[in-house]
Amino acid sequence: MSNSSKRLTRDLMAARIAAEFKDGWIVNLGVGMPTRCSDFLPEDREVILHAENGVIGYGRNATVAEATPYVVNGGAQPVLLTPVASIVHHADAFAIIRRGLLDVAVLGAYETAANGDFANWRINGRKGGGIGGAMDLAVGAKQVFLLLEHTTRDGLPRLLERCSLPLTASGVVTLVMTDLGLFEPTGSSFRLHEIAPGFTVDDVQQLTGAPILPTPDLREVTI
Amino acid sequence: MRSKVVGSFEEAVAGVENGSSILVAGFGEPGTPHNLVEALYKQGASHLTLIANGAGQTREDGVITMGNLIEAKRVARVILAFTASTHPSRKTPLEYLNEAGEIEAQITPQGTLAERIRAGGAGIPAFFTPAGVGTEVTKGKEHREFGGRTYVMEEAITANYALIRCWKADSFGNLVFRRSQRNFNPIMAMAADCTLVEAEEIVEVGTLDPDLIHTSGIFVQRVVSIPDAGGRLEIPPLSLQKTAKNRP
Repeated sequence: MSNSSKRLTRDLMAARIAAEFKDGWIVNLGVGMPTRCSDFLPEDREVILHAENGVIGYGRNATVAEATPYVVNGGAQPVLLTPVASIVHHADAFAIIRRGLLDVAVLGAYETAANGDFANWRINGRKGGGIGGAMDLAVGAKQVFLLLEHTTRDGLPRLLERCSLPLTASGVVTLVMTDLGLFEPTGSSFRLHEIAPGFTVDDVQQLTGAPILPTPDLREVTI
Repeated sequence: MRSKVVGSFEEAVAGVENGSSILVAGFGEPGTPHNLVEALYKQGASHLTLIANGAGQTREDGVITMGNLIEAKRVARVILAFTASTHPSRKTPLEYLNEAGEIEAQITPQGTLAERIRAGGAGIPAFFTPAGVGTEVTKGKEHREFGGRTYVMEEAITANYALIRCWKADSFGNLVFRRSQRNFNPIMAMAADCTLVEAEEIVEVGTLDPDLIHTSGIFVQRVVSIPDAGGRLEIPPLSLQKTAKNRP
């Protein structure tokens, strides 16, 4: 790793994944890092944000002055509504998900695997967990993008050949953004499309629990 | 028309017996019936079953939550989409009791939870969903294939009581929710034998536009006015400090 190597910030990761949203997409942003994406929506595209609590068409996070006790996103954070906003109840919010109307769900995760599995609801040694809407989103959305740090606090890889934690869903992940780059699970490996500035493919491979295959046109992460 | 308005939260929860099952609405702050939860806490019923999105945290700002009921060992069983805090460092009373085997904690995907409640309120005993198939939360449940895809059967939830918070109610119990206050409230109101509502404002019958009512009063048994609704509308400073950005 060169001296200039520095892992990507959470805002940069959120902005990069948000740049994937296409015009007209309906998008659900999961609790944690993914909700940051609402601050980085591409300005040239109309993207409808859907939340589990039935808020359809919310926008960026509210400031202290703008926040109201009535409008929160799926992470229970105060947000603003856009002019196209509508409200449905919780069961209808999930009907939208199971009906297949979401183009993508962006979720956080503890682990993901080359076969497209991911785990984000229970860590080892704990009896309880937090599923939230993740299992419904994972099987309902047309695509699942993950936003997660590349390694654990102890430096262990979160991108693996097979998940070790209890799964949220199998074989659904299509894109993975970490603080080291942008990856696509291929079944047996992770294809590396974009890499954090200052890092080499070998650096990334050493921090990954599955084979990394750089694309021929590998470039630095760009927004 | 017989008015469903009762004079106090204490009166609203007076009949709740030991062993009752209770749906508690709310998602984050909006639509959470804090006053009824507090009244239930003071009322003393125990061996309760609570059904909610999450029932973890106790708070330091004086607001009584389901976490307090759990901490006081008044709850025998919970059905939730979150049975542990998302941050391992913030361990909840529920997690301690769950690990000690002193409470039965059933975790369910949030959409499955919502649909189980909706089905309960709609007279449908069970349904099939793809959520959770292939994971440990659906182990041992009946699976079936439809159109080449595997689904799991989930059973409806009904309960003795629902605790609801709304924006406006009339004295017949017709309810209107504001923005994301709606969340679980309308479906929980339909799935309970006795639906108790705290309302930020109670108006005369005939005032609300029938086309714009979210929950029909036929699903509601008791309504209480929140006397200091203004005070309750304050966003808890903690949640805002954590989430709202200080923009120029």
